[in-house]
Amino acid sequence: MITHIFEDLCDNCNDCVAICPSHVLDAGEGAPVIARLDQCQTCYMCELYCVSDAIYVGPDAHAAEIIDPEAIRLSGHLGRIRHDHGWDRPDAPGHLDHYRLLGPLLQEGIETAESRYQTLKTDGL
Amino acid sequence: MNDIQAHRCDVLIIGGGMAAAWAAIAAAKTGAITIMVDKGYVGTSGVTATGGPNHWWVPPDPGKRREVIERKLAAGLGLGDPEWMERVIDTTWRTLPELAPYYPFGSDGKGGRYYSGVRGAEYMRALRAYALAAGARILDHHPATQLLVNGDGAVRGARGHARLIRRDWEIQAGAVIMATGGCAFRSGLLGSHGNTGDGYLMAVEAGAELSGMEFSIQYSVSPAWASTRTLPYGAARYYDVDGEEIVQPPRGHAHFQALGAALLTGPVYADLIDAPSALPPVLHDIQPFTPPPFVRKGVDLFKERWPIKLFGEGTIRGNGGLRIRDGNCRTNVPGLFAAGDAATRELATGAISGGGAVNSAWALTSGQIAGAAAAKEALAGRRRTMEQLRSAASAAIHPVAAERPVDRKAIEADIDHHMNGYQHALWRSERQLTDSLKVLEAHWRAIRDHGRAEGLSLVSLRETAAMTATARWCTAAALSRRESRGIHVRIDAPELDAGSGARLLTGGLDMIWTRPEQQRYAEAAA
Repeated sequence: MITHIFEDLCDNCNDCVAICPSHVLDAGEGAPVIARLDQCQTCYMCELYCVSDAIYVGPDAHAAEIIDPEAIRLSGHLGRIRHDHGWDRPDAPGHLDHYRLLGPLLQEGIETAESRYQTLKTDGL
Repeated sequence: MNDIQAHRCDVLIIGGGMAAAWAAIAAAKTGAITIMVDKGYVGTSGVTATGGPNHWWVPPDPGKRREVIERKLAAGLGLGDPEWMERVIDTTWRTLPELAPYYPFGSDGKGGRYYSGVRGAEYMRALRAYALAAGARILDHHPATQLLVNGDGAVRGARGHARLIRRDWEIQAGAVIMATGGCAFRSGLLGSHGNTGDGYLMAVEAGAELSGMEFSIQYSVSPAWASTRTLPYGAARYYDVDGEEIVQPPRGHAHFQALGAALLTGPVYADLIDAPSALPPVLHDIQPFTPPPFVRKGVDLFKERWPIKLFGEGTIRGNGGLRIRDGNCRTNVPGLFAAGDAATRELATGAISGGGAVNSAWALTSGQIAGAAAAKEALAGRRRTMEQLRSAASAAIHPVAAERPVDRKAIEADIDHHMNGYQHALWRSERQLTDSLKVLEAHWRAIRDHGRAEGLSLVSLRETAAMTATARWCTAAALSRRESRGIHVRIDAPELDAGSGARLLTGGLDMIWTRPEQQRYAEAAA
């Protein structure tokens, strides 16, 4: 669930309020306010759309977390999702060149599981 | 009510995922005044934005296409439609590359572009840009709560609440397209929080029929603490609480039953020691949303064992939805069209799950077809005189007895239990389905008799009502189909019954009915 908005990084653009698909945030005096945490589905879209890398979403979708903001600041998590997407450089060449591997890698995994199952079954396990 | 936000348009599209966007693009291109209203934000809403849809992708080689369709028809166990399959394949092939100005298609590794699979967030961002460029108007955070109908019962608009500015809205339209997605009963499935079956409820209130609601059991594996995309888990090994490996077929109902049975007795763990060796270095590049739930938890997903959960997918990866009555994606209610997961996908995939690829191609195609057809109908009816419209909705708006608070959380917990609970969904039987239906009926009556809300609270209460109604339709249809076919599996009727090869329709609000489809639209038209 969304855990923290770093007010010193936030530029108060309120884009996260607008793009949150489940209406978790309200515009505030300065940084947006986490107003309806129970509606957060931990989709990380607010992090993706935050040009200031000011938002941290905790990994647990079922429970709010208590974090040490300074540790998160140093963790390398902030902005990582946006960077990995190449979100701020959509026209950069090669940006989605690995994407075609999704299907074959998924298939390879399933085939591995299938042949392992056949072996285990024959072994009578 | 003088502060109501009022608009008029030719085509109103309710929903904001890929089907809705493709519909808006097609409608706006004809010159029709087109408005899209979404509960969330068009770009991040729904299960596409967080996903990575592949599309059914078959080159225009007639022999090859015939072969693919014949295979798909056989796999669909009699419920698919070859003409629709052909249209879905062809429309997808021709249309998806149109996104190139807005979506940075990557390399196919052979000097060309890779079109069939797209990353969800970029895809939805591109569809938003394309819809706007085509001239559609997008109203984000405008959940619809009810359809408006004229004196003849034809759908002519909708009402809802603009949740960021806290104002009600009303839009009158020449035609309406329902593209609100499927329903996973708030299982926690990534991206599905808003997919509460609102469109099914609104449409049925206006008189629409549903089809294939019994095909509503699918799950995806994820870490117990959060639903993610499933690319890394194909080769996963599973272990019970004692560390014993759970031997199970890697796919299908038996796979879910084996994991579900173990999960009912204690935690189940997965490891990915068998994952493809090429996967770890590129996972963050292909699916950047998948590693953070592990990294931030301090878990190395490729080296450690971690607890899993099965997240229900309901009619999202299942097939059920609004019945399509003709080749233009019309429902049986005049003025109302359906597209994407809001519509039945039996036409494209029969009794089995369309998975990602067929369902995405269906969403694109049905969006394009519904958008163009709704625009044509609306433009032809533009000179219609002003009509008196009334709301088709009643649940949570006009209680039939004394107004009383409704415990939404308790109802939603029960729905989750009966629809996503492994003991119910994976072991369907007459007795179990009858018991579930009783519980769901009581909740429907509570909402129907006593529920009343306005504004933002009405949006929430209508979501609860829609999930309750959808759960009842799924359960009633599952009870009616006394056999096992495709993804509908009954433990008390494990075989396919050759005499049950018709699609199963359902509908109704206080009294739910089911009946086999007597006549398919192609026959009806002939």
